[in-house]
Amino acid sequence: MLKTEQFILNVGPQHPSTHGVFRMIVTLDGETIVDVDLVLGYLHRGVEKLAEGRTYLQSIPLTDRLDYICSMSNNLAYCTAVEELTGFEVPERAEYIRVIMAELTRVVNHIVCIGFYLNDLGAYFTPVLYCLREREKILDLFEAASGSRMTCNYVRFGGVAQDLPEGWLDQAREVVAAFPAFVDELEELLSTNEIFVARGRDVGVLPPDVAVNSGVTGPNLRASGVAYDVRKAHPYSIYDRFDFDVPVLHGGDCYDRYMIRILEIRQSLRILEQALTDIPGGEVQSKVPRKLRPPEGDVYHAIEGPKGEFGWYLVSDGSANPYRWHVRSATFVNLTVLPYLCRSHTIPDLIAILGSLDNVMGEVDR
Amino acid sequence: MDVNAIVDFILNPFVNLSYWFSEDILLAFMPAEWFWLVGLIMNFAVFVVIFAYMMVNTLYMTLAERKVIGRMQDRYGPNRVGPFGLFHPFTDMIKMLIKEDIVPAGADYWVHLLAAVLVVFPGLMAMAVIPFGKGMQGMDLDIGVLYILALSGLTTISLLMSGWGSRNKYAMLSGFRTAAQMIAYEVPLVLAAIPAIMLSGSMALNVVVEDQAWGTHHPVWWFFSFVMRLAAFVVFFISGVATAKRSPFDIPEADSEIVAGFFIEYSGLKFGMFFLSEYFGLMAISTLATVLFLGGWQGPFVDTIPVLSVFYFFLKVYALFFIFMWFRGTLPRLRIDQLMAFSWKRLLPLALALIFLTGVGMVVLQGLGWA
Repeated sequence: MLKTEQFILNVGPQHPSTHGVFRMIVTLDGETIVDVDLVLGYLHRGVEKLAEGRTYLQSIPLTDRLDYICSMSNNLAYCTAVEELTGFEVPERAEYIRVIMAELTRVVNHIVCIGFYLNDLGAYFTPVLYCLREREKILDLFEAASGSRMTCNYVRFGGVAQDLPEGWLDQAREVVAAFPAFVDELEELLSTNEIFVARGRDVGVLPPDVAVNSGVTGPNLRASGVAYDVRKAHPYSIYDRFDFDVPVLHGGDCYDRYMIRILEIRQSLRILEQALTDIPGGEVQSKVPRKLRPPEGDVYHAIEGPKGEFGWYLVSDGSANPYRWHVRSATFVNLTVLPYLCRSHTIPDLIAILGSLDNVMGEVDR
Repeated sequence: MDVNAIVDFILNPFVNLSYWFSEDILLAFMPAEWFWLVGLIMNFAVFVVIFAYMMVNTLYMTLAERKVIGRMQDRYGPNRVGPFGLFHPFTDMIKMLIKEDIVPAGADYWVHLLAAVLVVFPGLMAMAVIPFGKGMQGMDLDIGVLYILALSGLTTISLLMSGWGSRNKYAMLSGFRTAAQMIAYEVPLVLAAIPAIMLSGSMALNVVVEDQAWGTHHPVWWFFSFVMRLAAFVVFFISGVATAKRSPFDIPEADSEIVAGFFIEYSGLKFGMFFLSEYFGLMAISTLATVLFLGGWQGPFVDTIPVLSVFYFFLKVYALFFIFMWFRGTLPRLRIDQLMAFSWKRLLPLALALIFLTGVGMVVLQGLGWA
């Protein structure tokens, strides 16, 4: 009998496909994965501790840099959490602007995820560049509204920082009208591509009970058959006024995780069309005291971020600085299910599964 | 000056040049006992020409690839160094030459070095028997096809050596995958070449090319041969993409997973050697496919203007190059087990079926007198 040995491979922090600095210690038996050990924390910047030394308002830029692709969404999650703690009202126009920005962010995140998932599968950058080209149009919108493409720092307590510039709404309507054609183009090349389907089908199947027990949320959960979307389960902002579906798929494999993001982009475009038509005029921020001292107490509030349930647990002791400022990051919890998914797959599958889980290390490591 | 003589010279420049060089210069000035040296010098001259061509071709193929893939990705390729980036390959070459040559500690130095040296030769050697045009062939071997297919096996050993000699788990993984892939795809490659050889009746490459001309056989035979060659071309081309380790079969150098695979620990000129070998391999596959299946240098008016044969040949070869680049820019990568399954379960039976059909068809047509 041949004596075989398992060997340990380090898919190290420097790697083109780990979406950030992320290390996996993979135990291999030949080419089959026996175990995956995650080493997180390479991007830990002590954001939660930093926030304890700042006021609530000063921490908003910190939220931008958590999941740096979806900064508007992060801002929104934080501001809604503080508003729940303090009870601030948000004017109508600001609510609509927030929803528009959040859904644009969802579209941006999903196309970036799809593009880089294909990059991991080896399609040498072509889908990435097409997706980034479309993303640029949305980033132009973000820059016009907030002054910055990625770390927007736009949403404030009680509204948004400033009103949209003139012509922004028309430009946004143009972008949203042209987008479905791009998604069709993407689907045409990818969704029925035999190689792509073969790489994704039955790879990294996540059963719904494991997903729920592990706390997986977001598109990964909905691809496994559990129809949980925070926008429908615990509606926040004005999402109950919009008419949209929550797509659910039942395969739970990498291909379904890709497909559900395509479906979610289409649903987000639906919400955007409705929001861009119905947006009223008015002011964009309600009166909020300069020095914000929330009442004592704690609150947990989450939104449906593009990657999953993204929330804040805030504990206030009545002073201007938070006592505890904890981020419930979606990807941190999603990643815990990676060892389960990778067992008895091979290294290329590991990369594919990691790509389909859509992780951004800024959010994981905080 | 005799205008006819000049026109005759220009219509077939390369062949006439070689005659002029060997007869008017070498034989005229060589003492009689040393006439045997002339053959040697002519062979050496042919080698120099082919080698120079291959080097320049590879340099510009790297640029062409980057520009073609760039255009597919909605961007320009390199366009800063020289007009349209035409001097870019020279900067690439300079960069490769001036890099520090790092050998990992604990690596087997001689295996590491020899792998880089060995990998470049098979592609170059294959060029010796390819007919680039009417009457232009480095060496007229009777077993030309066999010679080239044997050389493609030589690359596998050098890849295994590089995987082993780098003392790196990623490189080793890649070396194993490469060996498996090469073995799996060389079988359909060889089997797909067989219908072409059967139809032409010879393994000598210029005979294969000349056999594909319109007038050499009965028209029914020509159409049958055309259909069979086309089918075999598809199998050969797909196996060739895999043998050349190009997308979608580029597991050996799967950049996004194992970061350059078997040549991960090579830098500087040794990396340059691997890089060259990839393009030499592509050239070998493209030229062999053109010669066996697409008619080589055949085309309209080739008899009256022989220099056109060179033009047709390179047109076909570069069209195949473009298809290689097209695949690379478009398709994701197959997983190793899917790749192997595809070869053993789909391509191999298909190639065998093609051999069978070609044989049956040949016998039937010869029996009917339509050969």
